[in-house]
Amino acid sequence: MIHLSVFDLSLAALLVVALALTSARIYPGLAWQLLVAALRTAIQLTLIGLVLKALFANSNLLWVGLLSLLMLAVAGREVMTRQHRRFAGSWGYGIGAVSMFISSFTVALFALIVVVDNEPWYQPQYSIPLLGMLLGNTMNGIALALDRLTQSAWEQRDVIEARLMLGYSAPEAVSGIRRQVFRSGLIPIINAMAAAGIVSLPGMMTGQILAGIEPVEAVKYQILIMFLISAGSGFGTLAAVHLAVRRLFDERQRLRLDRLQR
Amino acid sequence: MKLFEARHLSRAALSDLSFSLSASELVCLSGPSGAGKTLMLRSLADLDVNAGSVYLQGVQRERMPPTAWRRQVGYLPAESRWWSETVGEHFRRVQADILSQLGFEDEVLGWQAERLSSGERQRLALARLLSNQPRILLLDEPTANLDPVNTARVERLVTDYLRKHRAACLWVTHAADQIERIASRALYLDSHGLAGSGKGPEEAPA
Repeated sequence: MIHLSVFDLSLAALLVVALALTSARIYPGLAWQLLVAALRTAIQLTLIGLVLKALFANSNLLWVGLLSLLMLAVAGREVMTRQHRRFAGSWGYGIGAVSMFISSFTVALFALIVVVDNEPWYQPQYSIPLLGMLLGNTMNGIALALDRLTQSAWEQRDVIEARLMLGYSAPEAVSGIRRQVFRSGLIPIINAMAAAGIVSLPGMMTGQILAGIEPVEAVKYQILIMFLISAGSGFGTLAAVHLAVRRLFDERQRLRLDRLQR
Repeated sequence: MKLFEARHLSRAALSDLSFSLSASELVCLSGPSGAGKTLMLRSLADLDVNAGSVYLQGVQRERMPPTAWRRQVGYLPAESRWWSETVGEHFRRVQADILSQLGFEDEVLGWQAERLSSGERQRLALARLLSNQPRILLLDEPTANLDPVNTARVERLVTDYLRKHRAACLWVTHAADQIERIASRALYLDSHGLAGSGKGPEEAPA
């Protein structure tokens, strides 16, 4: 494996700076955002690298658990801020975080205990990257689905209420929206699986190959990850949509858009 | 026992309304716009958060599933909504006699919902509501977009329906001549609340 020096990375950073300088004339704010994001990538990844190094040297369930919860907390915040209209109060955070917890953690535990079957099962070299990939993808699916759901409910409130007026139940009244939303949450991973290996070489596999792992081994891990991610984001989206629909209606099956805030 | 009764109904922008409807009764509701007539109907159909007791045949609405309540207490908003492609997909149960009384042939069920005129939408929305066979009709200006012929059709259909099903109707209208024609009683809603039991709004205390 060829080690990268700070100088090597700075050369790559020059490309980003070049892009920022070029785009500054078209959209100065965007160029600035690009630079800040690039800087955040460098700092955040360096920090997590140090954390992982310390964690690997000292494999301890408590520390693995704490880091996992921290990752979940940050992902929950991310889901919340990506909502155009989110649920007011703790629900705005809770629905995303709870659904990610249910899906990502269950799938990660299944993979670690049943599939990878390492000793100990929580060995951070496996558990943290696995959970990270799961959370990242589940987060995207859930954020997309919740955003579509609340937005559609807002735009189609008259249709939803027209159906309630005719005696449809709340789930029936939003069944069409629910299907569309579930689809939008799952389409990214379906597309990724369909295109994998033909159009794109997935990032994790590419990383492993660059690091010197034998391609067939890297491919097996990539397939595992793809399956885990689709299960994680699928079940996560289902859970989030289920919770959100329940929250959109009250016990008398009235549409409660007043529970949303911008 | 009254067929339908509301006691101390209130919600945001509407306070403490009480009234009741007897079987086969058609009660017209009028009043200045902004007085809360639509809000009152929405609350009776339990579409918005509201307080107070509402009874259908002596049974309080909280003792019924909301879907059953809304099927029996049918609310027709001033603007109807159509979400599927054809008219027929919006009907649970088709009653050809209701369609023909409103001046439609059966083939109307195959029409494109988005191509309906405002008058057709209004009449078909009423037919759609009546196909649930509600005991209480809450109609928000059901003839606002209709010509005199179709207005007469709707009036006749509703009065026939009330008699046949021993149902009752609360009908929002501004037309004094319509109140004169169809109402067994008239209610008047303004910022002071609900008033009147005579036949025209002019008999209601100011």
